[in-house]
Amino acid sequence: MIVVKPGFITLLVTYIIALTLMIMPMPAAFDTFRPDWPTLVMLYWIIALPHRVNMGTALVLGVLSDILLGSIVGVHALGMVVVTYFAARHFQRIRNFALIQQALVIAVLIFIKRFVVFEANVFLHDAEFTLSYFWPVLTSAIFWLWVFPLLRKVRRRFGVV
Amino acid sequence: MKTLFARGPSLLSRLVLALACSFLLIFIDHRLQAMKPVRLFLNSLVAPVQYLAILPEQILDGLSESLKTTSQLSDENKRLKRAILELQGEQQQLRFLQNENKRLRELLGSDARDSVRRMVAEVIAVASEPFSQQLVINKGTLSGVYEGQPVLDSNGIIGQVQDVGGNTARVLLLSDQSHAISLRSERNDIRVLAQGTGDIGRLELMFIPHSSDLQEGDLLMSSGLGGVFPEGYPVAQISSVVRDESLPFATVFADPVSALDRVRNVLLLWPSQGEQQPIFDEDEE
Repeated sequence: MIVVKPGFITLLVTYIIALTLMIMPMPAAFDTFRPDWPTLVMLYWIIALPHRVNMGTALVLGVLSDILLGSIVGVHALGMVVVTYFAARHFQRIRNFALIQQALVIAVLIFIKRFVVFEANVFLHDAEFTLSYFWPVLTSAIFWLWVFPLLRKVRRRFGVV
Repeated sequence: MKTLFARGPSLLSRLVLALACSFLLIFIDHRLQAMKPVRLFLNSLVAPVQYLAILPEQILDGLSESLKTTSQLSDENKRLKRAILELQGEQQQLRFLQNENKRLRELLGSDARDSVRRMVAEVIAVASEPFSQQLVINKGTLSGVYEGQPVLDSNGIIGQVQDVGGNTARVLLLSDQSHAISLRSERNDIRVLAQGTGDIGRLELMFIPHSSDLQEGDLLMSSGLGGVFPEGYPVAQISSVVRDESLPFATVFADPVSALDRVRNVLLLWPSQGEQQPIFDEDEE
């Protein structure tokens, strides 16, 4: 029998919501600014529960993103894994930052993730640089101001430890 | 009780392991192209997420539909009836022309043009990264969808099927950077290759000599060369021609005739004599 740790369902649900938001059809005007939901949610859980959510989760979420976005399998996984390293290494520091400072750190992390994904695409099929790919860095940082308190509430409400 | 320390391998070794996994996946998928069966499985696995993603839109659509007034509905009905009448009129002409064309082609001894079979599918998700422009539609292998199948909307060609799951298929749009299509100018039959730029709503025509007689506003039809797309469907319209003599080729951009960012229903085409045939549901047609 599979033993499910308490809070596993909650984690799963937040990931599924994040992945859904990532591919939800949206008007083109908002589409460019769509925050990087899976990374955002994953970063929260890494900072909150680094002993539970780290490389394995990043790899799985990355591969699922790849499948959903139709990119070459492993590209997003690579980006996710790299930011996971930084977030998990410095989780204690990030936890103690003020929300605004956290948002800045998140912006840097999302930028790193997007940069890795972009470079991987350049390496694989000579992608051309488009500035619009980096707009979500800004919007993700702004959304962090709401995502963080919301997910903290979720974590406490459902007792995810 | 676990202590703070000694929890399995260190972070760095996990990073190395995970990086190795990612590189391995990229290598397997990109260099060996060996992920097809796994992809089919994974595509079917994530299909529920894709169906979940369009749920709000469907609910809103349903609501707005049910909140329409009678006068709005009757107006719409009138408009649609008129449109049907016009289209039917045109179709009669089309039948006649098709028959005539067939007869003439027989006289000339060339192959008759194939008719095609179609199926309507709905867009259920978009992947809108600049370097992967794709749609996901709600038909898959169970409906007979195959890889490389041409996909149209009401205005013209929008792309081709890239990979297929059981109930979903992924459509690579014309505007994707890795996509190119062979076209022919409607006005003067000049053949061109149009590559996606990653910017939705813009294609770049490659290798156009400065002396070429292409003008702004020229309509480009699919040429049928290359064997993926059927001949004679509208694809794009030339939006700008810049002849800078210092460059080896003229810089020509074209806009796809269908608004690729607003596609909601698409048409899948099957050539009538191909191996693959559509499989319709019992309740359809």
